[in-house]
Amino acid sequence: MASLKDLRSRIASVKSTKKITSAMKMVAASKLRRAQDAAEAARPYAERMGTMLGRLATAVGSNEGAPKLLAGTGKDDVHLLVVFTADRGLCGGFNASIVKAARLKTKALLAEGKTVKLICVGRKGSDALKREFGDNIVARYTGIEGKKGIDFSSATDVADKVLALYEEGEFDVCTIFYNKFVSAISQVATAQQLIPFAGEEVEEQEEAETGSSAVYEYEPSEEAILADLLPRNVGVQIFGAMLESSASEHGARMSAMDNATRNAGDMIDRLSIQYNRSRQAQITNELIEIISGAEAL
Amino acid sequence: MTDTTVLELVSPSALLKSEPVEMVVVPGTDGNFGVLPKHSPMISTIRPGVIDIYAGGKVSERIFVAGGVAEVNPERCTILAEEAVPVADLKADEAQARLEAAEAALKAAETAHDKANAERSLDIARAQITALTN
Repeated sequence: MASLKDLRSRIASVKSTKKITSAMKMVAASKLRRAQDAAEAARPYAERMGTMLGRLATAVGSNEGAPKLLAGTGKDDVHLLVVFTADRGLCGGFNASIVKAARLKTKALLAEGKTVKLICVGRKGSDALKREFGDNIVARYTGIEGKKGIDFSSATDVADKVLALYEEGEFDVCTIFYNKFVSAISQVATAQQLIPFAGEEVEEQEEAETGSSAVYEYEPSEEAILADLLPRNVGVQIFGAMLESSASEHGARMSAMDNATRNAGDMIDRLSIQYNRSRQAQITNELIEIISGAEAL
Repeated sequence: MTDTTVLELVSPSALLKSEPVEMVVVPGTDGNFGVLPKHSPMISTIRPGVIDIYAGGKVSERIFVAGGVAEVNPERCTILAEEAVPVADLKADEAQARLEAAEAALKAAETAHDKANAERSLDIARAQITALTN
């Protein structure tokens, strides 16, 4: 049985932990708000870019002259996975779930005899994957999220790297792994193929509905526009993934810290009851001693 | 009531503008083009320059864009711009500083990739200065 003093110091330490977790929860909540706004504000651009590319891709089709980013290299021997995680921990299963998804994919690809290369965005992901696939990591980025949130230029940095690797023929297929933000308590680990460009099915459906069979004029040419748009699209998709991932991170941290705060509260309650009981027991004991001492006289 | 077409100006970080306009002049790569309502569908890339928005037969707003792409159809004109700033918010000294930085970067560029990047920012800076002078 713990002594009263032990219990007291235990309660004090749980109380201070609770203060920390509740402060972290507040911070995460306010950051979440900003990250969520940013992620939502960025969606229109990505959506319109997707529609436009879908249209162009249909126009150009799989002609011989189609850019490599659209048509692919014709092989799928080397895969590049870009994994988006947070720089920091203490956000529940956020990092673990994305790392798990990436690890499963990597193992599956390796089992098929393909070569896998990894780019880790965020410190936690590279720490976790380093142990198993240290040799496969070709680049890592940290400190993406600055004071003012995420800048488009950091997405461009990653995109430039990916495009440069593709130009050099270092990989054939590129997939990005990130947590898609659904709500503050729910994030979905998502894998999305980035290169070669895969149009979304929704667009085709929409195309059919609006019946926009109107022939577009292209200025300069379809190929020139595609050559300009496709690399840009890579940047936009990566930017989108970063924003989604950051909103998810704060959401996950907020709910993790909320749980921690609640658990700390429960623990304080339990410890206080224990403390009061043992204090009472001690007093009763002392009384019995005094009374029996008096009776013996 | 005059006919209008919907102008949508979108940057990677936000939907900047979505409103009906009478006419808008866009700096296309192959030359400026004006977009009026019921314009035939087209997609064009944009060079760094100024978008002029017309209201009542006059230029009501001028926005600088650092390149991007425009999609025009009879109902709307969507412009995807990487960077968009109202011309009134451009600063001459900042543009000048950008120009100098770009020139320095071009000189220091070693790979073709760096060089292309530097040339692009040089174009942007020049276009900003042109936008400010007239």
